[in-house]
Amino acid sequence: MNNAPHFKQPLLTTPFHARARALSQLDSFIPWAGYTTVDVFSSVEQEYFAIRNATTVYDLTPMVKYRIAGPGATAYLNRLVTRDVGKLKPNRVAYCVWCNDAGHLIDDGTIFRLGESEYRLCTAERQIDWLLDSAIGFDVEIAEVTEEIAALALQGPTSCAALKDYGLVGIEALKPFEIRHFAVGANEVMVSRTGFTGDLGYELWMRPEQAEGIWDGLMAAGSARGIRPIGSMALNVARIEAGFLLPNADFVSAEQTIYTERARSPLELGLEWLVDFKKGHFTGRRALLAEERRGVRRRLVGLDIDGNKPAHNALVYDDRSGKREIGSVTSAVWSPTCKRNIAFAMLAAPHFKLGSEVWADIYLNRELVWERRMVRARVVDKPFYAPERRRVTPPANH
Amino acid sequence: MANAVSTDVRYDCIVIGGGHNGLVCAAYLARSGRSVLVLEAAERVGGAAVTRDFAPGYRVSSCAHLLHLMPQAMIKELDLGAYGFKLANAAMPTTALSQSGAPLALGVGDTGALMGASRADTLAYPAYAARLRRLARALQPIMTSVPPRLGTDAWSDRLALLRMAWRIRRLGRSDMRELLRIVGMNVYDLLEEHFDTPLLKGALGFDAVLGTNFGPRTPGTVLTLLYRLAAHEGSSILAQPVGGLGALSDALGKAAIAAGATIRTGAAVGRISLQEDRVQGVVLQSGEAIAAPVVISSCDPKTTFLGLLGSDQLDTGFVRRVSHLRSRGLAAKLHLALDARPSFTGLGAEGLAGRLLIAPSLEFIEHAYNHAKYGEFSAEPIFEITVPSVNDPSLAPPGKHVLSAIIQYAPYTLAAGWDRQQQRFMDLAIDTLERYAPGLRASVSCTELLTPRDIEQQFRITGGHWHHVDLAFDQFFMVRPLPGAAQYQTPVAGLYLCGAGCHPGGGVMGAAGRNAAQQVLKAGAR
Ligand SMILES: Cc1cc2nc3c(=O)[nH]c(=O)nc-3n(C[C@H](O)[C@H](O)[C@H](O)COP(=O)(O)OP(=O)(O)OC[C@H]3O[C@@H](n4cnc5c(N)ncnc54)[C@H](O)[C@@H]3O)c2cc1C
Repeated sequence: MNNAPHFKQPLLTTPFHARARALSQLDSFIPWAGYTTVDVFSSVEQEYFAIRNATTVYDLTPMVKYRIAGPGATAYLNRLVTRDVGKLKPNRVAYCVWCNDAGHLIDDGTIFRLGESEYRLCTAERQIDWLLDSAIGFDVEIAEVTEEIAALALQGPTSCAALKDYGLVGIEALKPFEIRHFAVGANEVMVSRTGFTGDLGYELWMRPEQAEGIWDGLMAAGSARGIRPIGSMALNVARIEAGFLLPNADFVSAEQTIYTERARSPLELGLEWLVDFKKGHFTGRRALLAEERRGVRRRLVGLDIDGNKPAHNALVYDDRSGKREIGSVTSAVWSPTCKRNIAFAMLAAPHFKLGSEVWADIYLNRELVWERRMVRARVVDKPFYAPERRRVTPPANH
Repeated sequence: MANAVSTDVRYDCIVIGGGHNGLVCAAYLARSGRSVLVLEAAERVGGAAVTRDFAPGYRVSSCAHLLHLMPQAMIKELDLGAYGFKLANAAMPTTALSQSGAPLALGVGDTGALMGASRADTLAYPAYAARLRRLARALQPIMTSVPPRLGTDAWSDRLALLRMAWRIRRLGRSDMRELLRIVGMNVYDLLEEHFDTPLLKGALGFDAVLGTNFGPRTPGTVLTLLYRLAAHEGSSILAQPVGGLGALSDALGKAAIAAGATIRTGAAVGRISLQEDRVQGVVLQSGEAIAAPVVISSCDPKTTFLGLLGSDQLDTGFVRRVSHLRSRGLAAKLHLALDARPSFTGLGAEGLAGRLLIAPSLEFIEHAYNHAKYGEFSAEPIFEITVPSVNDPSLAPPGKHVLSAIIQYAPYTLAAGWDRQQQRFMDLAIDTLERYAPGLRASVSCTELLTPRDIEQQFRITGGHWHHVDLAFDQFFMVRPLPGAAQYQTPVAGLYLCGAGCHPGGGVMGAAGRNAAQQVLKAGAR
């Protein structure tokens, strides 16, 4: 893939790099998990609207991937993550989180059950040490396979039709969180109906040497469906609308926080639906049970904010006077689809209750002149945008 | 594992392992009215404090061979005398053997008359010994109490810390300053400051490294020395029970039974069972299940957590810390059946009834240790020797003798593998002894060598480690054996530890067993 020594070429390129570079109009690349990837190809707005109105292609090869296999794989994963992996059937995917002993989040990710005792775990951060330490006493083998698998996300309302046009016969039958294998000519792809946009969409997993051929095939087949490549910035707008958390934005891995006070538990992050206290022991269970008994002291919530100025990094107060700080915004965006000014914020008890009124202190830079606005906001439910089409099977054929 | 079948009898507490700590713990719990069951895998109680036949007619204390740490108060409190416990020699002197000249006699304890050292050393020794004794006495209460936790709001924890600080403060300015100065030092530097006689320094340094994973130049060896002295406080000096250390364990067993405990030997626990994240009881390797809301394990921490409980019941971070505990033993044990009374050069009858050391200088010990660092046994090892049949003729046929020696360093993991090296190490050991006791080899009729690997297999101690896990600053007191399990409690409700891996560590002392019982009673779990 890339043979230059790391000190000459610190960032790796993905198998789609040549294609991405050719299509990039802004030459805007950013590092992601050791790879160079596209931030924006042409314009964030156009790319965002393609997610909601057409089909988009996003290179997610840098997503860290682990192969977890062996007779003890299910037991291993059940002790690792907070969710009941025993309930996950082969050829299905589950979103999950895992914690340290203190019940603080280490990372979130997706588990793909590829067979009876074979899984793939996709994570944001590398954490082989934690995964291996978690394997002590389990009959399981763990290997990082990030470089062995190239991946593309195909997301948007016309994505199913585009994949059909490309030649994935029967793709319309794939249900959310389901996995199926397809062959197109000499190329093989594994497809999961998953994604980070909250929209209809798929993720395609393939061998690196077939990556360019598949990209070319998709682009050609999808042209009638409005296909276009997107960068991380457009995706970020969509994921906030969809209510998905981003590591290092909405939480910092407990393995990386210097102050334990800054680590977050799944209960604080509103992820209690992922925590199954009944399934038996998992790392962090005892700490989380104690936290549940005590009640959380803070919680990540959705905010609906007056006006149209995104509340990036805003401190949040309990009233307009701005005397008592009760938390801060972690992610914020003007939602083009909802036409609402939305954000996630970590708020102290009792202000995280649904319907609470809080105030965000928004800073605006207007031609280098800073203005400050104390803006009213309400605590609301997430997601902000969840179109029915994300779940419908078969999807509409457009 | 076979399916669990339940027995009808329910106990308040199950103690896993009938080593001396398990027995002490059971005795105290039973005396407080708890119904207690001790489950011991071996055919007899005692663990590493046991007397076994190793040749027809010859018996010996298999691991521990000297008693010097168990508090007199405990022996009295449990009325061990009534159960057959008796000393064959209550005050054994220490002699440092020399190959080139006269041995050095250290007398009994550290107040005995020093003979054979330089004039300056002979004059300096009493003050040195007295100061160390004062420092050790200040540390002594630490040994007998449950370590406090840091960063809690509990008054009992704060009070315990204050009490500790007060003991040290009360030493007075000069002693306190000295304690703080030396506590992190190595014993080599400390002894170099005080003495010049190599034989004396070797003998004094020996006690700092015995049973440890250290050489005299390893930081923390002053701590292990002070620690040993602190445990000495209030106990007999160096003693040998009639019938060996196993007789002490038998007496402890009888005391526990008299207090109401039940002891089952030949009952190996296969796993600790939980229900709703609480201890439910144990399942024996035979498949028999026995219920109890409280289980106290005297096994080493790795056996308890990774073997009997299972990492699937514990958090990853905790399991990581358990698996990183340093638990590789370095002490081997040699037993010789002798046709004749051994005769060590320059040693009188009184000396032969005591403890003999081969550790002629600190450099010699350090060299011996160097090998262990690289997975070899010492080319010239150090020895602690007793001839227990001198004090207790019942251990050998009439006129014959038993020699018992602890030999360091014999690392658990030998690069060349013990299978092929065991005989070489035995030959090396006997050759060495022959140099100090000419003619000994010819009188040897039977031998037994227990390497740490043998000790692991025969005594079920991971790594065959004297202290179950290293006694070092990072595995000490408030963090012994590891954070999250340092107050005899564990992350699992109802599961406790009481073995040498806990504070205050190994040696036949009983403190861990007694402290653990206290903790169980305090938690009030019935
Ligand atoms: C070579 C050597 C020499 C030593 N010399 C001395 C000395 O001279 N003086 C001194 O004071 N100390 C000495 N020690 C240290 C001392 O022997 C130990 O620290 C002490 O005996 C430990 O006692 P314990 O009760 O904590 O554990 P142990 O004696 O190890 O007892 C644990 C018990 O648990 C049992 N067990 C383990 N697994 C199971 C299971 N699954 N089910 C049921 N039972 C189980 C074991 O059989 C054992 O009986 C020596 C140690 C060694 C290795």
